[in-house]
Amino acid sequence: MEAKSAIRPMAGEDLKITPPAGAETTYDDAVVKMFLIATVLWGVVGMLVGVTIALQLAWWPANLGLPWTTFGRLRPLHTNAVIFAFGGNICFTGIYYSMQRLLKVRMWSDWLSRFHFWGWQAVIVAAAITLPLGMTQSKEYAELIWPIDVAITVVWVAFAVNFFGTIAVRKVQHLYVAIWFYMSFVITIAVLHIVNSLAIPATLTRSYPVYAGLTDALVQWWYGHNAVGFFLTTPFLGLMYYFLPRIAERPVYSYRLSIVHFWALIFLYIWAGPHHLLYSALPDWAQTLGMVFSIVLLAPSWGGMLNGLLTLRGAWDRVRTDPVLKFLVVAVSFYGMSTFEGPMMSIRAVNGLAHYTNWVVGHVHSGALGWVGMISFGILYWLVPRLWGKPLAYPGWATTHFWLATIGIVIYTVSMWAGGLTEGLMWRALDDAGQLKYPNFVAIVDQLHPFYWLRVVGGSMYLVGAIMMGWNFIRTVRGTPVPARTAPAVAAAN
Amino acid sequence: MATSDKAKETFHRMLEGRGTLFAVLTTVVILIGGLVEIVPMFTATLGPERLPGMTPYTALEVAGRDIYIREGCYTCHSQMIRPTRAEILRYGEWTRAGEYAYDHPFLLGSRRIGPDLQRVGGKYPDAWHYEHMRDPRSTSPGSIMPAYAWLLERRLETDDVAASVRALRTVGLPYSEAEVAGVGESLRRQGQEIVGRLATAGITAEPDREIVAVIAYLQRLGTDGEKLIPPPADATPVAEASR
Repeated sequence: MEAKSAIRPMAGEDLKITPPAGAETTYDDAVVKMFLIATVLWGVVGMLVGVTIALQLAWWPANLGLPWTTFGRLRPLHTNAVIFAFGGNICFTGIYYSMQRLLKVRMWSDWLSRFHFWGWQAVIVAAAITLPLGMTQSKEYAELIWPIDVAITVVWVAFAVNFFGTIAVRKVQHLYVAIWFYMSFVITIAVLHIVNSLAIPATLTRSYPVYAGLTDALVQWWYGHNAVGFFLTTPFLGLMYYFLPRIAERPVYSYRLSIVHFWALIFLYIWAGPHHLLYSALPDWAQTLGMVFSIVLLAPSWGGMLNGLLTLRGAWDRVRTDPVLKFLVVAVSFYGMSTFEGPMMSIRAVNGLAHYTNWVVGHVHSGALGWVGMISFGILYWLVPRLWGKPLAYPGWATTHFWLATIGIVIYTVSMWAGGLTEGLMWRALDDAGQLKYPNFVAIVDQLHPFYWLRVVGGSMYLVGAIMMGWNFIRTVRGTPVPARTAPAVAAAN
Repeated sequence: MATSDKAKETFHRMLEGRGTLFAVLTTVVILIGGLVEIVPMFTATLGPERLPGMTPYTALEVAGRDIYIREGCYTCHSQMIRPTRAEILRYGEWTRAGEYAYDHPFLLGSRRIGPDLQRVGGKYPDAWHYEHMRDPRSTSPGSIMPAYAWLLERRLETDDVAASVRALRTVGLPYSEAEVAGVGESLRRQGQEIVGRLATAGITAEPDREIVAVIAYLQRLGTDGEKLIPPPADATPVAEASR
């Protein structure tokens, strides 16, 4: 079975990506490689900043006494780096790779592909400079100052034109389910970004949103929750629908399920934002809508998870030996787990305990590290040998990475659950006289130190795994190519 | 049943062959939720409740709020007291929607690594905030907050604050022409008041330092609401059951 391992392709497997027979064009894989390299680089940077701010909570002197390195300025740098730099670049890697093959056509414009790549990296560099300098709009995952917001809009429009241009010149009539999800990503992110970023500039680096108070909060969490929904979920579901069946060499379990859960997911997700504002003074009707739609969202989310897991039927024996499939299986499982936890936390009474605590941080990371991170690693380990036509330098390291990451996530989320429950319960605890049992806030913070340290440990394991992956790829790319084809291609590379 | 399923499949199969139509339908589907939730927020009946009598931040408070945003204070401190007994005991009267009327952007926060600051205004003397920013552990032993000593040194730029006040006026804050023109004077006057109070505690500070603006903002937080919120008919918190 070793020969079937996705990271150790047979010499006969068509490693050099060639278009399927009959196609006249070649695919633009150069831009895929560029996005892939950026993914690994920014992934390591973003996770390193994450471990740094985790350490700052466990041990405050790690703030270093400098304005540019305090938690308050680095936390947005971490979230932006992992969501938009790591998450964004892996989405683009997978989309540019799969879309050309699904539509059997080269991207519409090489120039726009490159403009998208360099524009996106320029935005990331601008973020990495401005955020530590304290230049921020303060809206979560939308902190970047207005000139960068304008640049993001331009880059996104270029991506969208290229995306729809490619669809227009496609040589396959029917759009495969992965493309539907990519489409919802391209459209919705544009809408969210523009509406949430409407602001009046005061200076080149400062602006004020046109919305006030709770309206601003609602617009922000409509944006913020759908950054999760349409930046970290739908494009990754698209990637799942392309890569999982290809890697497992199994057809998607249910076509009908994919239709139902696609439309249900994109319709319902957009309503869920107000669950971030439960028990605030936001009008009750909006809070209730947010809660109800969040709970209903469980159904299409699990539809996607089940369609992913059931696609593996008949391929489970390979999960034992193949690190790529291990990453994918754990990713889809974490998707299912965090999309169960999310609706549960949206129930008012549960939210009353969880809100503002570490539990939320744990929830986010079970989705981010477990779902987004793991599916990304799986895809990367599968793509690198194929894009560069070389076998992975250290196949064993991929398995080590898998276990480091998986155990790291468990340590991370469990410590944050425990820490979150601890502080949530201590904040609200009343004594027999009906007075606060722990009136001193710092005394509660004291109780969290072990959990903060455990989080540093779990996060560091995850980071070390990512660094091992990066080194593995460097050695792979510099290694010798696989011998030329000696047998017919196992499958046309599509 | 079988026929209707088949019809649906055929319809979707057709849809998959038409990229533009697919994109248009997707756009419609993703717009509905946002429109239904956001548009009513701009109406008087369904939008956030008003609290008549709220006044916008002074120039110095605007400067302090800008620094609060710059330093990412909102990443650790919320500004939203929930209507439960424990929250009211710990932080004070629960937050009303109208109290945020002049907040561009909102700063409710999403995490309480430190305590809520909605009603921190007036809770401690100015000198406490000065010392707390210089060295948080001098006033709050065991605190994990970083020190913000540079706030004691850095100067406010009047032009910069004036630009903020003008932009805030554009987004709807009711500043008069005189207030926009008098930002410099307003900064000096309120700065002097705070410096005067610091002096009585034995702290020598210049009125044009960032720390003074931060103190002005923190001391303002929640104070309007405290004055304007009508006293409850009975003392039972609204959402006691949620404890």
